[in-house]
Amino acid sequence: MDWAPIWLSLKLATITTLLLLVIGLPLAYWLSKGRSVVRVMLEALITMPLVLPPSVLGFYLLVAFSPRHGIGAWLAHTFNIQFVFSFPGLVLASVIYSMPFMIGPIKSALQQLPISLAQASYTLGKTERETFVKVLLPNIKSSVLTAIVMTFAHTLGEFGVVLMIGGNIPGVTKVASIAIYDSVEGMDYHTANNYSLLLFAFTFVIVTVVFIFNRNKIKSPLE
Amino acid sequence: MITAEIHKKLNAGSNETGLHIKLQADKGSITVIHGPSGAGKTTFLKILAGLTTPERGTITVDGQVWLDTVNCINLSPQKRRTGFVFQQYALFPNMTARQHLEYATTDAQWIERLLKTTNLALFADRKPEYLSGGQQQRLAILRAMAIKPDLLLMDEPFSALDTPTKTNLVTDLKQLWDELQTTVVIVSHYPQELTAIAASELYIGAV
Repeated sequence: MDWAPIWLSLKLATITTLLLLVIGLPLAYWLSKGRSVVRVMLEALITMPLVLPPSVLGFYLLVAFSPRHGIGAWLAHTFNIQFVFSFPGLVLASVIYSMPFMIGPIKSALQQLPISLAQASYTLGKTERETFVKVLLPNIKSSVLTAIVMTFAHTLGEFGVVLMIGGNIPGVTKVASIAIYDSVEGMDYHTANNYSLLLFAFTFVIVTVVFIFNRNKIKSPLE
Repeated sequence: MITAEIHKKLNAGSNETGLHIKLQADKGSITVIHGPSGAGKTTFLKILAGLTTPERGTITVDGQVWLDTVNCINLSPQKRRTGFVFQQYALFPNMTARQHLEYATTDAQWIERLLKTTNLALFADRKPEYLSGGQQQRLAILRAMAIKPDLLLMDEPFSALDTPTKTNLVTDLKQLWDELQTTVVIVSHYPQELTAIAASELYIGAV
């Protein structure tokens, strides 16, 4: 069995999760603070990948970042960056596609905290940033852990969007889910089964670990 | 000295009522606010702390303007630094009693004195979930006092304490307030319990 697709999947999931953690924490905090039209619109956009067919998102990303026109051409000529059929393209697509799994649990947890916690911190002279880091964040750590694991596991299992923007280039964009599809197409069910079993076992273990860690705090990552 | 004149609309279900309050309190004095539930007592404290903004009003503390809606002055809660004791305590679940005080101040001697004053020293390393209701309430008072505020706002601060504990705590706190010249505003459903130390009372009723 070729291990490259497994390592590529793990690399993609790790980078995507780290990027989404950096983007997701401040974004979820901002979204949790109110229900203005701008916030609602942005939240709707972030949530879209949950219900949109992955091929739709993949198609638009493919068109948008095509090196022949628009943003894709500008990026290619100015910075020599190409997102289509490249690993950075997979990362970009994964960040967009997995964003609701990072933002959702963190935003919900922040909204469930009593507003008086932040208010008490403000009256002590603490800034919004200090309050977020030292008061709010430590009290939602189980939800942050859930968000991290759900994002990682979801990225690991991506198929449609990854295939659309990345194609099937061995060692570059051929992740485990595509290797399974590739093996089945070539009637190599043994290899497909090996990849599938590995992904199944790995995902089961990390999700179970989160359930055990959070057993006294929340019942399900989806609640 | 504090002078405040506040006008704010309150929404209580389908009824809209108004909060119109004038407060004048000398520096170092204790004012007790009482009135029916839903009249706006907590809202008034939050307006003084800068946590809620009224439609119209002015607040001046020791000559400094904190709020002047006509001239668009509205200092943030961070700049006002009022000590605030929340009715539901608003303790930080991730911090021990000592860490609450260390979060508020770096003055180690002051922290030790506060813990000793309220008999919380033995429980200093416990998080709120491992403290009784009365201990949690005392910790909320200590946290507010930790920043040595010029103005201390307390919302039903002694409701979870038995009478002997309350009497001793009020006596000890009164010493600290006198020492720091802290102006104190206390919301209480039982103002008669504080008549011995209160300089004035303010009744808030729905308008």
